[in-house]
Amino acid sequence: MLITCPYCGPRDVIEFTYQGDGNRERPDPASQNFEAWNAYVYDRLNPAGDHNEIWQHSGGCRAHLRVVRNTLTHEISSVAFARGDHGPVARRKAEGRS
Amino acid sequence: MAEYSALSLLANALKGNKDWKPAWRKPDPKASYDVIIIGGGGHGLSTAYYLAKEHGITNVAVLEKGWLGSGNVGRNTTAVRSNYLLPANTRFYEHSMKLWENLSHDLNYNVMFSQRGCLNLAHTPAQFDDYARRGNAMRHLGVDAELMTPAQIKRLIPALDISSDARFPVVGGLMQRRAGTARHDAVAWGYARGADRRGVDIIENCEVTGFLRDGDRITGVTTSRGDIRAKKVAVAVAGSTGRVMQLAGIETMPIESHVLQAFVTESLKPFIDTVVTFGMGHFYMSQSDKGGLVYGGDIDGYNSYAQRGNLPIVDEVMSEMLALFPGLARVRMLRSWGGVCDMSMDGSPIITTGPLPGMYLNCGWCYGGFKATPASGWCFAWTIAKDEPHDLNAPFTLDRFHRGLVIDDKGQGANPRLH
Ligand SMILES: Cc1cc2nc3c(=O)[nH]c(=O)nc-3n(C[C@H](O)[C@H](O)[C@H](O)COP(=O)(O)OP(=O)(O)OC[C@H]3O[C@@H](n4cnc5c(N)ncnc54)[C@H](O)[C@@H]3O)c2cc1C
Ligand SMILES: [Zn+2]
Repeated sequence: MLITCPYCGPRDVIEFTYQGDGNRERPDPASQNFEAWNAYVYDRLNPAGDHNEIWQHSGGCRAHLRVVRNTLTHEISSVAFARGDHGPVARRKAEGRS
Repeated sequence: MAEYSALSLLANALKGNKDWKPAWRKPDPKASYDVIIIGGGGHGLSTAYYLAKEHGITNVAVLEKGWLGSGNVGRNTTAVRSNYLLPANTRFYEHSMKLWENLSHDLNYNVMFSQRGCLNLAHTPAQFDDYARRGNAMRHLGVDAELMTPAQIKRLIPALDISSDARFPVVGGLMQRRAGTARHDAVAWGYARGADRRGVDIIENCEVTGFLRDGDRITGVTTSRGDIRAKKVAVAVAGSTGRVMQLAGIETMPIESHVLQAFVTESLKPFIDTVVTFGMGHFYMSQSDKGGLVYGGDIDGYNSYAQRGNLPIVDEVMSEMLALFPGLARVRMLRSWGGVCDMSMDGSPIITTGPLPGMYLNCGWCYGGFKATPASGWCFAWTIAKDEPHDLNAPFTLDRFHRGLVIDDKGQGANPRLH
């Protein structure tokens, strides 16, 4: 698997560390919304298909990246810096958990 | 259907093994059942078996999208043990161990359960202390555990490099002698035959594509072989949990699907007669009855539904193997494969009523659920029959995450790739 870091270019997956599901939204630290914190810590979309995820280029520039990868084929359709206003490509519905 | 016995083996051998009957029927699905179990893996089949045997519920169908044994039950590295730290886990897995110890007799099917032991190697004094703590916790609950010195370990596994200039010197180990291995396919086939002969319909090539509902209540399933109604629908689909729950409209779960790979070498003469695990990374190995070394290591570590792995982990597992057994450097690897594991947020399973009315859920086995197969089915059958958990699986509900009662044996937090 190759991930094309926007800063360093295409690099082998061994240079990267998986940081998990990129759909999660961390509640405001002052928030006491129990449901939102619970969803942030424990609930995952886990789709079979395109998945928004966070990877760190830990063996390179160390930037955190937003990657859209297909969990069936490992095909990567987009990579962007996680910082900034590139929001997740498709946020899960706010009321997503059940 | 005839019992298997020494006499039936001999009679069939003399007749050229031409008269063996299929071990289970191939019925068409009926319009409705008391209980439908989705997933013909080890856990689904053992659930059906114990529903019939322990609770007299026999109007049951097991629906399997592929063939029996095509999922993780036929892909795992067959290690069976009950050497956990936390009481909820120790009790549950020890119940499983007791069922394993009598399983071949109970099923009249040789599952080749072999109590060859399982040894966890320690490579630092702190790790050895940690194993002593785990061993004590196990012994408190009546489970066998024994600390071993490097010299004892060398006698047990002569090929292991315990020299002080080894990359990871061995300072000791924790041994569970009653642990071991079992023939994984035989476990699926034995439970399938046992359930079938008690009246359970095992329906292969039948994929569940959706759920029938009456309001919130689940009343059956839609499948590639038509709609089937049921009073109770039980889900035991291991690595497919996320997908199947999405069919029921449940968008998120405390589960991620990850691939775990396994490897087998060419056949060797007897080389190691226990299961050994490496404490400095993640590596475990045993020798199959055919002579191949069976081994594995970490999951690939990112979400995946592909039943195949990627090369970096192959490389990592091989280096760990050689750190322990330099003498294996020239042994050829015969084959490798992957299975999709449903990694839960605390590394422990979920056996629960719900999450919807009429539904029952068994999942979150991570990569350690083969050893659980008997107890998982036993507890799940109880839960389905009585609409409440048995004491043994009461801690393993789905809402434990909400209630702050996670069972995190490894202390890794909500980090599936680390469990
Ligand atoms: C490489 C590897 C090594 C492992 N090693 C060990 C080990 O040494 N010790 C140990 O204890 N555990 C081990 N495990 C874990 C263990 O194999 C699993 O936790 C356990 O087998 C899962 O339960 P199961 O047998 O019921 O799952 P499976 O056999 O995967 O059963 C689930 C079934 O559901 C079916 N299914 C899915 N979706 C549908 C649908 N929509 N409709 C109908 N059917 C469906 C699947 O086809 C599958 O057959 C290992 C796993 C892997 C992958
Ligand atoms: Zn980079």
